[in-house]
Amino acid sequence: MTDQRIDSPTGPVPAGATAAAVATAQTVGGVAPPLPPKRRLGRFIKEQPIGMVALSLIALFVIVAALAPWLAPYDPLAQDRTAIQQAPSAAHLFGTDDLGRDVLSRTMYGARTSLSIGVCTLIIGGLIGVLFGIVSGYFGGSWVDSTIQRFMDALMAVPAIVLLLFIAALLGPSIRNTIIALSILLVPSFNRVARGEMLRIRAETYVEAARAVGCSTPRILMRYGLPNLMAPLFVLASLNFAIVLIAESSLSFLGIGTPPPTPSWGRMLSEGSQFLEIAPWIAFYPGLVLSISVLAFNLLGDALRDFLDPKQRR
Amino acid sequence: MTAPTLNGVEREVTNRPLVEATDLVKHFEVGGGFLSAKRPPVRAVDGVSFTINRGETLGLVGESGSGKSTLGRLVLRLIEATSGSVTFDGQDVLALKNKELIALRSRMQLIFQDPVSSFNPRMTIEQVLTEPMLVHGVGDAASRKARCRELLDLVSLPSTALARYPHQFSGGQAQRIGIARALTTNPDLIVCDEAVSALDVSVQAQVLNLLKDVQKELGLSYLFIAHDLNVVRYMSDRICVMYLGRLAEEGPSDILLNEPLHPYTEALVDAIPSSDTIGRAREPLAGEIPNPSAPPSGCRFHTRCPKRFEPCDHLEPELITVGAGNVSCHLHTEQAALHRHQDPPEHSLHGEDPQEGATA
Repeated sequence: MTDQRIDSPTGPVPAGATAAAVATAQTVGGVAPPLPPKRRLGRFIKEQPIGMVALSLIALFVIVAALAPWLAPYDPLAQDRTAIQQAPSAAHLFGTDDLGRDVLSRTMYGARTSLSIGVCTLIIGGLIGVLFGIVSGYFGGSWVDSTIQRFMDALMAVPAIVLLLFIAALLGPSIRNTIIALSILLVPSFNRVARGEMLRIRAETYVEAARAVGCSTPRILMRYGLPNLMAPLFVLASLNFAIVLIAESSLSFLGIGTPPPTPSWGRMLSEGSQFLEIAPWIAFYPGLVLSISVLAFNLLGDALRDFLDPKQRR
Repeated sequence: MTAPTLNGVEREVTNRPLVEATDLVKHFEVGGGFLSAKRPPVRAVDGVSFTINRGETLGLVGESGSGKSTLGRLVLRLIEATSGSVTFDGQDVLALKNKELIALRSRMQLIFQDPVSSFNPRMTIEQVLTEPMLVHGVGDAASRKARCRELLDLVSLPSTALARYPHQFSGGQAQRIGIARALTTNPDLIVCDEAVSALDVSVQAQVLNLLKDVQKELGLSYLFIAHDLNVVRYMSDRICVMYLGRLAEEGPSDILLNEPLHPYTEALVDAIPSSDTIGRAREPLAGEIPNPSAPPSGCRFHTRCPKRFEPCDHLEPELITVGAGNVSCHLHTEQAALHRHQDPPEHSLHGEDPQEGATA
C-alpha cells in the first residue's frame, strides 16, 4: 500500500482545489437547522395556505357534525305536513323536503353519517389495500405477489355495484355494513397504487442500502417503503373519498345502504334528485356540502403530499 | 496482534483471510415466465475465487458488464449466489439463516456509487446514521447520538448536518456520510462499489484519502470495485481483473500494473490516460464486451485478444500461478507447463514462442 497523499488520482490538481472543496463542506454548518416538531403546524400554515383553508373547512364540517344535536334548528326526522317543499326562508334556511323535514338540520346530521362512513372506509380499505400492496410489490414477481394480485383481480373483475349489492345483501343494511362493503370496494385501488410504487421503491439504492445495513423486511417496508409511497396515496384517498360518498348514496338509493330515515348526504342527494325541477334546494344543499368536502379533501391531500416531501423544503 | 477499533474494542487478528470466496457463480434467469420461452441465463459471475486478508484492500477492475458489482453483492449476500461459497471470518455466509445474516451485516458494509440515492430521502442524516445501531440494538438514545457526532467528525462534517436531509448535500459530502454510515457498526469489511466514480476529481482525492485514513485507523479490509485503474492502483494492495464474469488476472497491484500478464490487463493498463502517454498513439481494445448469456467458447477474451493463437477459441484456460499472481491465459499456461515438465508439452503445435504463433 502506498502511503503518500495525492491531490488527485489521475494527475496533479492545483493545490487550492482540495482546500476549496473542504471549505464548501464547512458551509453546511452555516444553515439553520429545521424547526422542532412542535412548530410543525405553524410551518404547515405558512407553507400551505390552501391546505390550511381545506383543513379548516374539514374541521368546520367535523365540528358541525359533532355538535349537530345542539346546532340543528329542527329534529332531522320530524315531518311537518304544513311546510312541504318550502323554498329557503328565515324559518328553514335550506328549505324543506317533500316530507316537510328541515334540509339544514338533515344536512348537519347527514354530515355525521357521510363523514364517518367516508373516513372509516378510507382508513380500513386503505390500510388493507396498502398493506397487501407493499408486500406484493416488495416480493414482486414471486408467488406471494401473484396470489395477492389474482385475488385483487377477482375483486376488480366484479362490477362495483354488484359487489356492493352482494356484500350489503349478505350482511344486511346498516351503517357498519355499508362501511365494510365500501372498504372492500376500495381495497384493489389502494393495493394497485401501493404495489406499483413499491415495485419502483424496491429497486431504489436506498432499499439495497437498508438491506446491507441489516434491516429486516418489515422494517424496510415500514421505514423505507411506506413513507416514500404516501404521495400518490394521498391523492388517491381524496379521489376515493368522493367515490365512497357517491357509492354510499347509490347503496342507500337501492335500500341497502344507510337505512332510512337516517340522513346522509348521498341519500339526500338521490332522494332530492326526484324534485330537482320543482324544489331544487332539496338536492342542492347536500350536493354543495358534499362537493365542498370532496374538494377540501383533495386540496388537503395535495398540501400534505407537498408538505411531507423533504425535497420541497428550502 | 491486535488492531484497535473506534470504541477501543480490541479485535483479534489471525492469519486466516477475512473473506474467502470459492467458485462463485451467479446466473441471472431471463424470461421463462408463463408461456414465454426460456432464454439462456446471463452469466454475470461464472466461477470466481479470491481471498481478502485483514487490513488489505483488494481492487476489482473490469469493463462495465464484467460482473464486478454482482461479485461485490454476492460477497455481502445481497443477492443469492447460484453456486459457490463465501466464508467470512470462518462463517459460511451463504449457509446463514436470515437472523444470523442480519447479525453478520454489522461486520460487512457497502458504499455506493451514487451516494445521494443510497439514503432514504425521508430520513435526516441523524436517522440515517442511527439506523444501523437501532437495527443491531447498539447503545441507548444518548450514546447513539454521540456516536453520530463522532462519525461525522471522523469524516469532517459539522454536527449541524445531523438534522438535514440527504438531498441537501453535494456528492462528496454525501459520500462521506455514506462512509460514516458504513463505519457505524465497526465493520471488518467494506465493499466500495465504484465509490468515487461519480465524484469530481478533487473530491475523489478527498474521499480516497479518507478511506485510506479510516483503514489505517481501524484496520479495515476493502473490496474496492472501480473501473478507473489510477484510483485502484492508489487504493489497492492486490488487484483482480475481471472479464465477462471470470477472473483474467490477479496479483499485487504494482506487479500486475507494471508487468501485466494477461492481454486484457495489458489493454486496460495501456488505456490509462496519463501525462506521458498523451500524444502517443495507443491501440484501443477493439469491439464490445460479448453477450454474457452466450459467452465465447474457450477463452472468453479470445474474440478481442490481439495475441490469440490456436487453443484460445476452444480450450478454456485455467487460473494458474505465475510469479506473485495468478493468470488465466494460454500464453502462460504453455510457459508454466514448460516450467513444470522441463520440456515442451506434446500438444503444443507451435514449438516456438506462442506470441509469434498469434501473429501468424
